[in-house]
Amino acid sequence: MKNTGKIVGINKNMITVEFEGNVKQNEVAYAVLDESRLKTEVIRIRGNRADLQVFEDTRGLKMDDVVEFTGELLSVELGPGLLGQLYDGLQNPLHKLAGELGFFLQRGKHINALPEDTKWEFTPCVKPGDKLQAADAVGTVKEGGFTHKIMVPFHLPDRYEVVEIAESGEYCVKDQVALIKDKRGSFIPLSMMFEWPIRKPVTSYRERLDPAEPLITRIRIIDTLFPVAKGGTYCIPGPFGAGKTVLQQITSRNAKVDIVIVAACGERAGEVVETIKEFPGIIDPFTGRPLMERTIIVCNTSSMPVAAREASVYTAITMAEYYRQMGLDVLILADSTSRWAQAMRERSSRLEEIPGEEAFPAYLESTIAGFYERSGLVRLRDGSTGAITIGGTVSPAGGNFEEPVTQATLKVVGAFHGLSRDRSDARHYPAIDPLDSWSKYTGIIDNRSRNHTVRLLSKAHEISQMMKVVGEEGITLDDYILYLKGEFFDNVYLQQNAFDPVDMATSEERQKKVFSIIKEIIDATLDLNNKDDARNFFNRSRQIFLDYNSSEWDTNDFLENERLIRELFHKYRKAGTEIETHIFRQALVESEMDSHFSRAKTAKTKKGEKLTMVKEENEEDIQ
Amino acid sequence: MRKIYNKITQISGNVIVLSATGIKYGELAVIKSERGDSFAEVIRIDGKLVYLQVFAGSGGISTGDEVRFLGKQMEVSFSDNLLGRVFDGTGRPRDGGPILTKNLIEIGGPTVNPAKRLIPSNMIHTGIPMIDLFNSLVESQKISIFTTSGEPYNELLARVALQAKVDIIILGGMGLRYDDYLFLKNTLESEGSLSRSILCIHTAADPVVECIMVPDISLTIAENFALHGKKVLVLLTDMKNFCDALKEIAITMEQVPSNRGYPGDLYSQLAARYEKAVDFEDAGSVTILSITTMPGNDVTHPVPDNTGYITEGQYYLNNGRIEPFGSLSRLKQFVNKKTRDDHRPLMDAMVQLYAYYQEVLEKKAMGFRMTRSDNRFLKYGILFERNLMDLSVEMSLEEALDTGWRILSECFVPEETGIRTELIKKFWPKEKPQVNA
Ligand SMILES: Nc1ncnc2c1ncn2[C@@H]1O[C@H](COP(=O)(O)OP(=O)(O)OP(=O)(O)O)[C@@H](O)[C@H]1O
Ligand SMILES: [Mg+2]
Repeated sequence: MKNTGKIVGINKNMITVEFEGNVKQNEVAYAVLDESRLKTEVIRIRGNRADLQVFEDTRGLKMDDVVEFTGELLSVELGPGLLGQLYDGLQNPLHKLAGELGFFLQRGKHINALPEDTKWEFTPCVKPGDKLQAADAVGTVKEGGFTHKIMVPFHLPDRYEVVEIAESGEYCVKDQVALIKDKRGSFIPLSMMFEWPIRKPVTSYRERLDPAEPLITRIRIIDTLFPVAKGGTYCIPGPFGAGKTVLQQITSRNAKVDIVIVAACGERAGEVVETIKEFPGIIDPFTGRPLMERTIIVCNTSSMPVAAREASVYTAITMAEYYRQMGLDVLILADSTSRWAQAMRERSSRLEEIPGEEAFPAYLESTIAGFYERSGLVRLRDGSTGAITIGGTVSPAGGNFEEPVTQATLKVVGAFHGLSRDRSDARHYPAIDPLDSWSKYTGIIDNRSRNHTVRLLSKAHEISQMMKVVGEEGITLDDYILYLKGEFFDNVYLQQNAFDPVDMATSEERQKKVFSIIKEIIDATLDLNNKDDARNFFNRSRQIFLDYNSSEWDTNDFLENERLIRELFHKYRKAGTEIETHIFRQALVESEMDSHFSRAKTAKTKKGEKLTMVKEENEEDIQ
Repeated sequence: MRKIYNKITQISGNVIVLSATGIKYGELAVIKSERGDSFAEVIRIDGKLVYLQVFAGSGGISTGDEVRFLGKQMEVSFSDNLLGRVFDGTGRPRDGGPILTKNLIEIGGPTVNPAKRLIPSNMIHTGIPMIDLFNSLVESQKISIFTTSGEPYNELLARVALQAKVDIIILGGMGLRYDDYLFLKNTLESEGSLSRSILCIHTAADPVVECIMVPDISLTIAENFALHGKKVLVLLTDMKNFCDALKEIAITMEQVPSNRGYPGDLYSQLAARYEKAVDFEDAGSVTILSITTMPGNDVTHPVPDNTGYITEGQYYLNNGRIEPFGSLSRLKQFVNKKTRDDHRPLMDAMVQLYAYYQEVLEKKAMGFRMTRSDNRFLKYGILFERNLMDLSVEMSLEEALDTGWRILSECFVPEETGIRTELIKKFWPKEKPQVNA
């Protein structure tokens, strides 16, 4: 008999239900409203009353209306056919809904996530008698460019023996492809799909590994200075309009990973539309296939039900875990985790829980940590590896990072790309603040050069601040050049035009090359006699560099611009800057910067003495 | 004509409570009191207790007053007869015209399926260079004017409304001062635009709950006209008042506030309204231009802050001008690639240079000697402000672009602008001999 209850309270999207049988935390129930059934989830049980969050509009419900409990946890469908789809937060396929309902969403309408009629070419990889456990493959199908493993459902706890396995051929997701039996001899039929509760991490792997390999985003400031690792986590906090979404959009396009899952969580619907409409037409240069084939969009935008928004990030990560089990690299881009946190806050307030800071619930931190912890590089039981990388945007109130969601996120991520209002106002995109951001991962440039350039930027910034006080004439020519070097590096390398077809994405190879040219310029002593000279030199270099950045790799244009840069540079490079003095010079600059950081003198060491000497020589030079 | 009750057990703020059965969540009721009839909406059900939010406020309501449930939600009549009319927040005429009762539609209907949305593609020309050139307004955009009281924001709103080539203008006024209401109405009237306008007006003197209804009713009407193929521009002024009304009600309901007294769901509440902006395939569109006043010109105040996170950009109206700094139309890239090659790079370069100008100004204010290059920036800033920023300037986009190049060439050499050589060759004014750096 069906386990049912009846409504005794309604407060926005929260209903209180009186029940008699057994009710499970987080189980799904349906509130019956005329012809339709509204999906809900149990979120608190007290005595014979349960509080349920309703994933849809509750208008029209009334006292004593019937609620049917299902006994099932909130789950998603896993199987071939997920890629390329556009889902709402509860995995309803939105294109299909649009086909049936037209312009508007309609509550109480649910459609299965996986297309049931699509035929998949199945190739078995086991034979009767083989021993299997959860997540082991019984065969594969081709999904787009991927070899999609058909796996033993993750929830099966034991070891099983294959009794029957389907022959190669075409099957639909619900067709039986294997029959296995457990130790007690009961048979379990397997199809190509199964369900998994979204709030429970999938852990059918051998071990978690340290994320060491960089994930190439082809965004220069990220790959070069603040890299992200495959299997790592990072966050992008920033005030509104600073460029969080654009940054994620270009990442979803250009990142070198197998699969991208976009979780559009409580933000604008229009932003998702760009992705849906453009991706099918864009060819991924690495695979030669349409980008849409490697993308899944989970979209619960701001005017869609708030409770489903809370669930949507789990829907996304569960699908990511599924593909990771096949040994693939998955990137999740969640925009914005603050909206997700706010959904939690709304729910908590309706439950009348004791509020924490800014009315967020006390479990905010652990919940955020729990989400990011579902990332990781893992070794699977067959020895291969798979990874989930999570990048989440954060939308702090007032753009102030000292707020609960940003702070809780910073505690658990491996890289922080902080966007600044100053940079975005000045149209310095991507507006990642190089002085504020950090990354614990190793990227494509050695850490020493990385730190070196960040120090240059910081010194240049300091000089620019100083200039505000003492004026341009109040600083030395050397300082002025250092300042211009910082500006130059920022202008031509850190800034990247998201709308220029070439500049938009810079390959690893190109980054290494361009970075080395810039580094040469930055490290060199330049033959510039006064500040006007210096400014002109850098203005002209910048001009050529911008042309260089928008010329396609290895074309004539590209080579010509590179020649122009070198020509200009060699003209102004200080004559007789032999390698040795050059290295000293560089060491000098670095040590100056170090001392600037540590605020300690290093003159006592032997190396330090030498440096002081060089410094004096240089001072004479200038005079 | 359904259930009638006359035992109200609790009255506080704008909320009354009574015992009733079979009542639907969100249902409408009418309360008859000595002050007249008022609508109320069911906002909570707890066992037998039903909480009603009274649109006209609870002042004058007695525990014995009659409460009649209507068994339906808030509705509005929809037809061409709406055009040229003025209503209040609950859809009652405030122009003395007839009450409309035909073709009732529910207010605050469902969300548009994201899969059915279109990528915006039409620019709305306003003749204001700070909008057309620097931050183009786009059909189906939702964008707000961030400003402070005292600025001529309603004038700007009216000017955009009159310039914009749209079929229907819907003006939603919230907490409007009566003379502002008259100004807006008279402007539309004198320019012959009233016949294609619909006004839903809540004035500062009206009950606070009715203020909350204004965006819903305006946008529901707009959405239906859009479904009938019309291009609709919705003007909402001032959304700060809408948010304050939400705050007042949340506090009466004893909700824990999240930030400066505003409820935790302020973001979702605002988003539910702004997200009604849409472009329907093979039908019309809804564009929303709103006013958000910022207390103390503080953009981190929860109202502008949440708005900024929802709208597709904002115009800062400050000292009677739209600031290039901070103002942003996020949809501009969909339209400014199709206008003229130089549109985008020129706009970027001019804003970057203007940022430097601001730095120079700061330096100057601190009493530093101005270098030659500084002086060039000072000149640039002045020319920019005079020829493009001044709100009295009205010109086409083409003219604005040409003006931009002229200003640059009068102040700088090409290398200083950071614009790509190819474009410099094509657009840099030739008359002046080029100085080599
Ligand atoms: N890399 C970029 N290149 C050029 N323009 C950019 C870039 N990043 C952002 N912009 C500009 O800034 C606008 C806002 O960016 P975006 O939508 O990403 O902001 P956001 O940080 O996501 O804001 P919100 O928090 O309100 O969602 C864009 O519409 C675009 O005009
Ligand atoms: Mg965004």
